[in-house]
Amino acid sequence: MSILIGRDTRLVVQGITGREGEFHSRAMLEYGTPLVAGCTPGKGGQTALDGRVPVFDTVAEAVKQTGANTSCIFVPAGGAPDAVLEAVAAGIKTIFCITEGIPALDMIPVVEAVRLAGARLVGPNCPGATSPGRAKVGIIPGSIHREGRVGVVSRSGTLTYEAVQAMTDAGLGQSTCVGIGGDPVVGTQHVDVLKLFAEDPETDALVLIGEIGGSAEEEAAAWAAEHLPHMPKVAFIAGRTAPEGKRMGHAGAIISGGKGTAASKVAALEAAGFRVATSPTELPKLLREAGYRG
Amino acid sequence: MKIHEADAKSLLVAQGLPVPAWAVARTPTQAREAAVRFLADPSNATKKVVVKAQVLVGGRGKAGGVKLAATADEAEDVAAQILALEIKGLPVRRVLVGPAAEIVKEYYLSVLLDRATKRLMFIGSAEGGVEIEQVAVENPDAIVYEYVDPLLGLPDFAARQLAFKVGFGKHWKAGAAIAKGLLKTMLANDADLVEINPLAVIREHNADGTPVERLVCLDAKVTLDDSALGRHPGLEELRDLDAEDPADIEARRYDLTFIKLDGDIGCMVNGAGLAMTTMDLVKRAGGEPANFLDIGGGAKADRVAAAMRLILDDPNVKAILVNIFGGITRGDEVARGLIEARSQQERDVPMVVRIVGTNAAEAAKLLEEARFVTADSLDEAAAKAVAAAKGVAS
Repeated sequence: MSILIGRDTRLVVQGITGREGEFHSRAMLEYGTPLVAGCTPGKGGQTALDGRVPVFDTVAEAVKQTGANTSCIFVPAGGAPDAVLEAVAAGIKTIFCITEGIPALDMIPVVEAVRLAGARLVGPNCPGATSPGRAKVGIIPGSIHREGRVGVVSRSGTLTYEAVQAMTDAGLGQSTCVGIGGDPVVGTQHVDVLKLFAEDPETDALVLIGEIGGSAEEEAAAWAAEHLPHMPKVAFIAGRTAPEGKRMGHAGAIISGGKGTAASKVAALEAAGFRVATSPTELPKLLREAGYRG
Repeated sequence: MKIHEADAKSLLVAQGLPVPAWAVARTPTQAREAAVRFLADPSNATKKVVVKAQVLVGGRGKAGGVKLAATADEAEDVAAQILALEIKGLPVRRVLVGPAAEIVKEYYLSVLLDRATKRLMFIGSAEGGVEIEQVAVENPDAIVYEYVDPLLGLPDFAARQLAFKVGFGKHWKAGAAIAKGLLKTMLANDADLVEINPLAVIREHNADGTPVERLVCLDAKVTLDDSALGRHPGLEELRDLDAEDPADIEARRYDLTFIKLDGDIGCMVNGAGLAMTTMDLVKRAGGEPANFLDIGGGAKADRVAAAMRLILDDPNVKAILVNIFGGITRGDEVARGLIEARSQQERDVPMVVRIVGTNAAEAAKLLEEARFVTADSLDEAAAKAVAAAKGVAS
């Protein structure tokens, strides 16, 4: 098994005919992801990716015709919140929003609508997720993965690639890698992903990658300490050298009033039984030290 | 984006909030003219004016940037003093002049984005006029919270509830109305913070000389969501270019995220998390990063060249570390940008380049032909860059 995406995934890509949407849809299809439909208003009846994927005007139509149950959104920031609502209204329960630069206030009611519908939104401004050997949704390069039993959750994009590559190079495969996104308002937090991994019989160890700012890593640590005391757990926190009060690229990555520092996050994770690396390349070694034998 | 107090007050007034009159002066003479008006105003109970530095940092009062004046001469003098100040490295280019309030009681009220609950949240306190962070440490019970419903906003009952919790006393109606106004200000401008400290009960004089009290926004701090500025063209004009490093302006032009730091190793990375990690590893290897620089996803050669110019404009930079994990970004594009940038650069600064991921093989070939120092792992790249900055051959 895996979490969020796997063999049962039937993916619709919203914005499949855009430049980014088409490029990454092709990569998803080549990885073997069950990409069953695309959605671009006004292009219903056409096909995308050299005739391999039918395009629909609405997500509802895509769901009806193809049984799509998962969505990946590449719609530009102005239309992306509406694209999430359209997926929710069409009954889709797992939604990845890759789009970056969405105004934070636009996402507040959208996240609430997702919650009320009992759906799950990952992102926005996230790289997506990969369940190696099964499916990849989003923009994470497929080549960095290897099939295995370590669950990876991260706020970042390229930093996740760095960590996953280090794991793969060391022979440690992954069950699912999830990038939750660096925006202040995201649908899924670290702790939500940990809860999914806890239920997954094929995830035996955890890698948590965080950043300065907010308190999501601390909350995840507290939950893991209580519910996953025996699972080998390692972590990496970016931003140990970041100065206070400066927004380090991600809208969320800012230390204010002495809160959200790397030091406080590292302390919380260590207290919760995580081994915390000082470089992403140390993660495989620490996982072995934590008793992981996969 | 941060904006000045005076501009923040204009946004409040536009939503109907009570803000005492003010004027903005760029010269001591303009400050004098404004003072003459406010000193002659019969409602001004103190018969004084306040002159406040307009800079985008906190702690203006402690830095001597807020002063009272009882006469027009004095106002001109203090304005001249304040306009000559530099507060936390920022020159004061304008001052706000207004009637000095007779303060009866100071409160704190703000609305901000709470990441943990994914909602907007009001923070209020009857202990205003001091830093709310200080109140949070010393007297946390003096702070009250009220969430904004993500679908319904702040209904009247919730605004009243907040006003009674803060303890506005007989001014509860005004307090509730102000809370609603702050939320309107936030939504109308895509702000991520609207903060009034102090929100004060002040005493003024009626035309017949009898005193009257009212609740007003004496100070205002508003920060705007950068992601939403595109749909508020008027707000972009409030950006204070004087308060920004020229490097920041250049970075924005090329869609780069650049933050200057104090070290001597320039960093160029794709992705914010990886950029922070690269800085951390430079530090771990015994060096000091000169900047945070995220070239973003899908960067092409011209953006890479612009990033290189930004790094080299800092005279402290003794070595450069380029770390690219290609996903959307193509390694060969970055390599071409680096080669072009180096051919144009005036200063010969050692550069260590690590490019992995998409088109890394093509990038490696280009870099090898151009005789760049390369590294396979991030740890190795950081160590080589630190050695280069210290003048050790790598």
